[in-house]
Amino acid sequence: MIDKIVSSFEAAVADIPDGATVMIGGFGTAGMPDELIDALIAHGARELTIVNNNAGNGETGLAALIKNKRVRKIICSFPRQTDSQHFDAAYHAGEIELELVPQGNLAARIHAAGNGLGAIFTPTGYGTELATGKETREIDGKHYVLEYPIRADFALIKAHKGDRWGNLVYRKTARNFGPIMAMAAECTIAQVSETVTLGTLDPEAIVTPGIFVQRVVRQEAK
Amino acid sequence: MNRLNRDQMAARVAQDIPDGAYVNLGIGLPTKVANYLPADKEIFLHSENGVLGMGPAPAPDEEDPELINAGKQPVTLLKGGSYFHHADSFAMMRSGRLDVCVLGAFQVSIYGDLANWSTGAPGAIPAVGGAMDLAIGARDVFVMMELLTKDGVSKLVAECSYPLTGLRCVSRVYTDLGVFEIGKDGARVIETIDGVSLDELRRLTGLPLEMAARARRPEQ
Repeated sequence: MIDKIVSSFEAAVADIPDGATVMIGGFGTAGMPDELIDALIAHGARELTIVNNNAGNGETGLAALIKNKRVRKIICSFPRQTDSQHFDAAYHAGEIELELVPQGNLAARIHAAGNGLGAIFTPTGYGTELATGKETREIDGKHYVLEYPIRADFALIKAHKGDRWGNLVYRKTARNFGPIMAMAAECTIAQVSETVTLGTLDPEAIVTPGIFVQRVVRQEAK
Repeated sequence: MNRLNRDQMAARVAQDIPDGAYVNLGIGLPTKVANYLPADKEIFLHSENGVLGMGPAPAPDEEDPELINAGKQPVTLLKGGSYFHHADSFAMMRSGRLDVCVLGAFQVSIYGDLANWSTGAPGAIPAVGGAMDLAIGARDVFVMMELLTKDGVSKLVAECSYPLTGLRCVSRVYTDLGVFEIGKDGARVIETIDGVSLDELRRLTGLPLEMAARARRPEQ
């Protein structure tokens, strides 16, 4: 019997090694898998490359991971916010590398990895300093920049409901990066508010089919 | 000199958004435009974090931390609204389906180059978000800004000195002193605020501005 439901957050993240590339879902705190991140902090993996839209808000989740000095590099679109104090401090201390990517290119590059593509030509960023040194091409009179996929070893995402095959549905704007990160990682770990029995989720409404998900943890799990 | 305040500027932008338009209002000043969209038009507000058909802010006790806009403020969803993931959300921009986006700016050039993500100040942490995607994605990019900086320097310029967000992407510039249309041959004035003359706009911007053919003349 296939059962992707893992009994604890600790077990779900236990094999994430030092130096891994880890995508973390969420836009600000909406969709941020706080419990999985707490488990990752407790697990102790270091020198991580993190992919997220932001660079942590407040004291929890990704901000706590940065505060605990587990992040070597972050790939994101909008690190600087009023409550990004832990990233700001690490950045100014030279402890963290930043790869700044326009938000749509971040999504497109993650999506490209999930689609098995070798690269994409995107119009976003053409002629700006974020495209400096990158290959460009004119196609049908429009200018594009060559960008490469962003893949990850692990994705930590938050969904609303999941079943033992790993099928997921999301809630409102907490969906954000979840579905595309699930496609772009070798191992996707989803924390869900509720696990349901197989067949409960409407097949017409499943957003992430279970083939993209390796582990499911219920929010109330220890 | 007469000038529009920020609410009046927002109301002025709102007048030019047509019925049925798909619209993204950038973070900050442009979000005010939502307050002035006429009730007799159906206008679809898009937020790049994954919502179309966005409604107004909820009552204080009805906030949902999982229903927010790109500025991470709580919002509501209108009947018929939808949620989607980030790749779909930016596909809506990049493929030209958004009719209008309204953005703030540090500088706009007379050829429509936009600078609104970085002042290039040394030591500052860079952040870009969806600005570059919006700039090149929406069919019409409206910029909403005060014409002058606090020091009286024009933000409508011959060439941007700040790092660019997008090239030749702005179609109109709404300011507190006039409205400008960007064409292939540069910026033209389509409207001046009552009491502001074309000569005054030329003096303030240092640009050889002309009125557009369809301009509304200021009442002298």
